[in-house]
Amino acid sequence: MGIRFILMVNKQGQTRLAQYYEYLTLEERRALEGEIVRKCLARNEQQCSFVEHRNYKIVYRRYASLFFLVGVDNEENELAILEFIHLLVETMDRHFGNVCELDIMFHLEKAHFMLEEMVMNGCIVETSKANILAPIQLMDKAS
Amino acid sequence: MSGGSGSGGGGGVSGGGPSLMDSLFQRTLDDLIKGIRLHTPGAAQSTFISKSLDEIRREIKSTDLQTKSTALQKLTYLHSLHGIDMSWAAFHAVELTSSPSFAHKKTGYLAASLSFRPSTEVLLLLTNQLRKDLSSTNQHEVSLALECLAVICTPDFARDLTPDIFTLLASSKSFIRKKSIACLLMIFTQYPDAVRVCFKRLVENLESTDNAQTLAATVGVFCELASKEPRSYLPLAPEFYRILVDSRNNWVLIKVLKIFSKLAKLEPRLAKKVVEPICDHMKRSEAKSLVFECVRTIVSSFHDYEFAVKLAVSKIKELLLETDLNLKYLGLQGLLLVAPNHLWAVLENKEVIIKSLSDVDRNIRLEALKLVMSMVSDDNVIEICRVLIGYALKSDPEFCNEILTSMLSTCSRNVYEMVTDFDWYVSLLGEMARIPHCQNGEEIEYQLIDIGMRVKDVRPELVRIGRDLLIDPALLGNPSIHTILSAASWVSGEYIRFSKNPFEIMEALLQPRTNLLSPSIKAIYIHSAYKVLSFCLHSFLFPHTSTISVSNLVDEHEPGFTYSESEGDTNADLATSSKNTITRESIINLLALVLSSLTPLAETHDVEIQERVRNVLGLARLAQEEISSCDTLQKESIFAVKHSVIIRLINDALSEDLGPVSLSAQERVLIPEGLLLEEDLHKLDNICEQGLPISESFSLVKPVLTENDSVSIHPNEESSEAESSSLLSEHRKRHGLFYLPSDTTQNTSTTFPPANDPNNQIDTDVEDLVRLTEESLVLKKKSTLTRPRPVVVKLDEGDRAPIARAKAESNDDLISGAVRDVLLGNEDCNKGGKGDSEGGNASKRKSKKLKEKKQLSQSDENVETSKQKRKHKGRQRGDVAVQNSVIPDFLL
Repeated sequence: MGIRFILMVNKQGQTRLAQYYEYLTLEERRALEGEIVRKCLARNEQQCSFVEHRNYKIVYRRYASLFFLVGVDNEENELAILEFIHLLVETMDRHFGNVCELDIMFHLEKAHFMLEEMVMNGCIVETSKANILAPIQLMDKAS
Repeated sequence: MSGGSGSGGGGGVSGGGPSLMDSLFQRTLDDLIKGIRLHTPGAAQSTFISKSLDEIRREIKSTDLQTKSTALQKLTYLHSLHGIDMSWAAFHAVELTSSPSFAHKKTGYLAASLSFRPSTEVLLLLTNQLRKDLSSTNQHEVSLALECLAVICTPDFARDLTPDIFTLLASSKSFIRKKSIACLLMIFTQYPDAVRVCFKRLVENLESTDNAQTLAATVGVFCELASKEPRSYLPLAPEFYRILVDSRNNWVLIKVLKIFSKLAKLEPRLAKKVVEPICDHMKRSEAKSLVFECVRTIVSSFHDYEFAVKLAVSKIKELLLETDLNLKYLGLQGLLLVAPNHLWAVLENKEVIIKSLSDVDRNIRLEALKLVMSMVSDDNVIEICRVLIGYALKSDPEFCNEILTSMLSTCSRNVYEMVTDFDWYVSLLGEMARIPHCQNGEEIEYQLIDIGMRVKDVRPELVRIGRDLLIDPALLGNPSIHTILSAASWVSGEYIRFSKNPFEIMEALLQPRTNLLSPSIKAIYIHSAYKVLSFCLHSFLFPHTSTISVSNLVDEHEPGFTYSESEGDTNADLATSSKNTITRESIINLLALVLSSLTPLAETHDVEIQERVRNVLGLARLAQEEISSCDTLQKESIFAVKHSVIIRLINDALSEDLGPVSLSAQERVLIPEGLLLEEDLHKLDNICEQGLPISESFSLVKPVLTENDSVSIHPNEESSEAESSSLLSEHRKRHGLFYLPSDTTQNTSTTFPPANDPNNQIDTDVEDLVRLTEESLVLKKKSTLTRPRPVVVKLDEGDRAPIARAKAESNDDLISGAVRDVLLGNEDCNKGGKGDSEGGNASKRKSKKLKEKKQLSQSDENVETSKQKRKHKGRQRGDVAVQNSVIPDFLL
């Protein structure tokens, strides 16, 4: 499975979104998130966006105060994942308009919904922004 | 459950009934989030959260679905971001999924997919709801169910819902088809039999190129399946090829490249066909991700195609010169993949690599380090190590140790294959020990001793290095290198005969700062001092005979023992040189030093130290008597003095050479004729059974003798084992650390390199321990001017790498078995034997060919019918090579 988990973490290291594509217990998740956040947040702009951790490869990117961290298995194409992160941010941007940390916090369900449109079973299934957002827009209209 | 949902059926918003108060004053999710933000992280926040949890527990029981839904939303939030357990609310989540309101349903499904685990009890209650939603006319409800199923799927779900998924695979809406395809992967892994039902439709989706969405999902599924067991998907190569050539979607192309990278390893002829299109993509594409994937595919799976590799390397070079660190990092990784087959590519980029060693980013430095190590050969190892030591000194402690670790592992690989000049290597080890941040003490310790035992020629240099380390009082202040010092002291004691100045070493071993050492290491120091003392005394008392074999003389006193003077010729020069400095006065001083520094330790509480100290003191006092008696007696009568004989015996025992010994060597020692072991020793069986485990504590490795590894059916088998093991444990007590692990037992020390050098003259018929050491002596050559590589003793039965390969997951086997059956079109005859993945009956193979032809006609229009006829003939005789000729027509 290509993508194993997606995390959004703010500068202070607080998790803002966590989506796992394999089952981990709460304790395992907490430990994993702690380790990864410590490792990635310590890095600066002059360092590359790939970190190896346990048997994962973490591809991350920072947008303003938010870090997007994607854990993939070792065969995955790092640059494609970076593009995926960017696509995710652009999609959220289009929906929320200048997306920020608070948008994701207060609309966690929507953020998950977008991710579900984009990724299933760790495979990227949709890369068109319009297609990703269509169901959410329908839902917004309905309510 | 259904009653609850029914009563709320009027619509989500209008609640009412007994929980009116609850719903009116219920905190919303927003309120909860704001509340959490108001409280500072820590105690205040967690009390707020637990208070909210109490509310949620109350609210979630409400019959009003809106209230319930909000409660669940809040709980999901707390679970997902604050790690609050919500397994207790599983039933409520199931309840909400059956709500007629889409919003509630969505909340329910999200909670389920985020929190359910295979062991969740109410899981089965969800089956019916999933089935209902999967067959809903609202595509968004179907999508919710599919997404949830993709996460929480269990074998039960997969079995029960396979028919529904099968229907959805043919849905006219690509939105649904795409998701059901992506969901299939989970279904297959949980329930391999689903492959028989759904696989054909999956393949059909691969063939219909009109829809980019479904294609991406399909290729994604195949990429995952093929990464586990690629062989089954070889027949689909023509399809993948078509996608590779036609598709313009980079996401899809990357996945297809990954599939080909796997397939090409199984079918070499495939490479010829796909290498061209891959190169086209590499030249043409603007997308770095695709280019890099092409590069990676070429260098890892198509490295025989020179032009492709050259192109890939040129692309790597572009990446390396980029200012973007990510690209640079990937460039280095690419080089690392090229290195095993095309070292020239690494050498070409040497400058960038060396420069990257001092990059700010540790990850880049690590990749560069790996590349530098890949360039090491026996010609340049000295030069490269010198450069690296320079970098190690400049680097931060962490990276410094990375450098040291990789140097140590590279140089020691395959029994020091790289090293020709061992004098240089041991001095390098000494240099490493002095690097302030060195954390590789244990490895250096191990190698110092290992080299000492394996390479005789290096011992004088080893002793010199050991002396330098011991004599430096500053090193004792660094606890992380104490283990190295213990090796240095052992080496100095064991090979003291090569020392230029044994007195100096004695002083170093007994210096006051040794108090900083841990007791176990201190004990090694004292034991080394014992060896040094005995050597000095012996050299002094027998200045002329020390180089002559002493076995005759000893025999007179102790007829039962024999001594081998192993180092007879070689150490003559050295021994005389050190002997010259030994005067009566210096011996007296030495004894005074020993007595004064060790007497206080005789009362220490550590038994190890105490025992060894008492040994040394005993010897020293004995020697004192001896020397004072020397005054009164004539020189010739020395041999009559009992003490000197004891000293000689001790020295001989200590100076016996210790080679590396295979753990299984003892088993192969032939029992001398006429030795009846069982007569006296068969009673030891009981003792031995208890004794053997105890001996383990002295050895880092497991005992050699296991019940079932003896082939001998000799009646005295048991007792011979008993004796040898008791001797062995005795011997290990002294040198347990230095045993080689045996191949018959599980290795505990994995650092030991395999010794399977075919040129090794000793290895084939090692009959016993004694012969082993003798032969290694015979092989020893005097060093010549050109300094040939010294003999490195290896043992044939050293630890081989474990042969047992990790078994593939049984589920993967089942999947691939089923896939093959489906692709070969005989699913009916194989329904029973689902685990039969490699079983090849003739009919199966025939149908495999038929299927190939079918695909062929769809994909490759160049094939003519005459060719197909030829194929028919080929089918009858070609059954044997079927594994390799799965896609022959495509390859022609």
